Amino acid sequence: MDNSSRSKSRRAFVAGLSSAGALAALGALPRALAARVGGTASLGLAELPDGTLAEQVLYALPGKVPLIKKTYRPPNFETPVEYFRTPITPNKAFFVRWHLAGIPQISARDWVLSIGGDAAEREVKFTLAQLKREFKPAQVTAVNQCSGNRRGLFEPHVPGVEWGVGAMGNAVWRGVRLNDVLAKAGVKAGALEVVLNGADHAPLDKTPDFVKSLPLDVALRDEVLIAFEMNGEPLPHWNGFPARLVVPGWTGTYWVKQLSTVNVTSQPEKNFWMSTAYRLPRGKFKTPTFASQLYAPNEPITTMVVNSLVTSLKSGDQVARGKPIEVKGIAFDGGAGIDRVEISTDFGASWTRARLGRDLGRYSFREFSLSVPARERGSIVVMARATSSSGEAQVGELIHNPAGYHHNVIQRIYVEVV
Amino acid sequence: MRIIVAIAAVAVAASAAAQESKVVLKEGAGRDKAMQCLACHSLDYIQMNSRFMDKAGWTASINKMINAFAAPIPKADVDSIAGYLAEQYGKPAQR
Repeated sequence: MDNSSRSKSRRAFVAGLSSAGALAALGALPRALAARVGGTASLGLAELPDGTLAEQVLYALPGKVPLIKKTYRPPNFETPVEYFRTPITPNKAFFVRWHLAGIPQISARDWVLSIGGDAAEREVKFTLAQLKREFKPAQVTAVNQCSGNRRGLFEPHVPGVEWGVGAMGNAVWRGVRLNDVLAKAGVKAGALEVVLNGADHAPLDKTPDFVKSLPLDVALRDEVLIAFEMNGEPLPHWNGFPARLVVPGWTGTYWVKQLSTVNVTSQPEKNFWMSTAYRLPRGKFKTPTFASQLYAPNEPITTMVVNSLVTSLKSGDQVARGKPIEVKGIAFDGGAGIDRVEISTDFGASWTRARLGRDLGRYSFREFSLSVPARERGSIVVMARATSSSGEAQVGELIHNPAGYHHNVIQRIYVEVV
Repeated sequence: MRIIVAIAAVAVAASAAAQESKVVLKEGAGRDKAMQCLACHSLDYIQMNSRFMDKAGWTASINKMINAFAAPIPKADVDSIAGYLAEQYGKPAQR
């Protein structure tokens, strides 16, 4: 079946479930509960905008397996759901996200990282070989997720890259600690932020360069790395070769790729990518605030919200009556770690704890699995809800925001027992 | 499934630039002016963001490209580009 007819049949299926007849078949459920939300599918989620479904195809960038193409230039490619059936996302399947179309091919030999800024004692430069030789190696397993992952599922839709569920991945990142490198430059008493720039650039000179900043205290944390390895291999070009920043718990926007300059500054960074983009209505989410960036009515996005993804089922799947339904997937959050994942097949009236997989660290994907009975023919709606160790749980209803960030609505996957 | 596999096979052989050139905007008044978007990004950005914006939404998007990203689109072209995008890629009219 081709892409558009698949999406049409899925759309028809989901729409059918929302109709009064199907609701009656499911029991007397409130209409709001039966709304379509994040039914996992392999390529086209029925909730995505029509134009997104019509345009996206599988396409392999050099060195990558076929990924879901959102845009060619700059390249934005999402990881298909099947690659989330293991807790570590393979490099070749890891999602690709760039803001600006100028992405240089950098040779490991020529690359130089410059450290400086008005709140640094001195300017220092390191080659890749020097970084590897002169600093203690450090490693962390952490989820890298685009702030706008699942934006395409927003209702009403908001403009942007219309991601499904795959603008994320989990990897073992290896490199050196940013704080060790900053110590060589010397951080002055008045330091406020650490400003990060990569080698990527816009086709037009006047377009704001993609530059991000972090609060000094976050930048100095031991788990924040300048990483040059991902899952035991050099970073793929598309994921920031030769080195990128790794900020466990924080959304992908801060994980600057092809890192070239790190500046310690005494003033807040106010370029477009900090002052205007990647911002949330103030106080709408319970994530940490970025104190030096509160000069506008909104605030920067910071850490990820708790989330989960069912990888063993997608809406429209048919399962055999009498056989248990295997509900499997992954869960993660902004760094507290996953406390539990619960499954419901009665629209949230009751929840059963899933079994959690091996703990790979509080910043990592955590696998979960549960078998649920399928005793009677008809539709079953499978829901999975993750709760972090700090007590944060996925939300039942979308917290809408203009730029389409932090979508962590509990999925509802419609399965047909036949 | 067959078509998806075929697309993937072709994709491996061709470059992303060749793929991008296959993204074609629909015919319609204002299409030529809308081609200015190519200066910075592929045209699939337009299709991807359809069909949920009205003319005001597309106007806001174009103005963001001009004001935030310094796109060299003459102010005089904004209305005709927005009109084209609303017509070809806009929210379907309310029934």
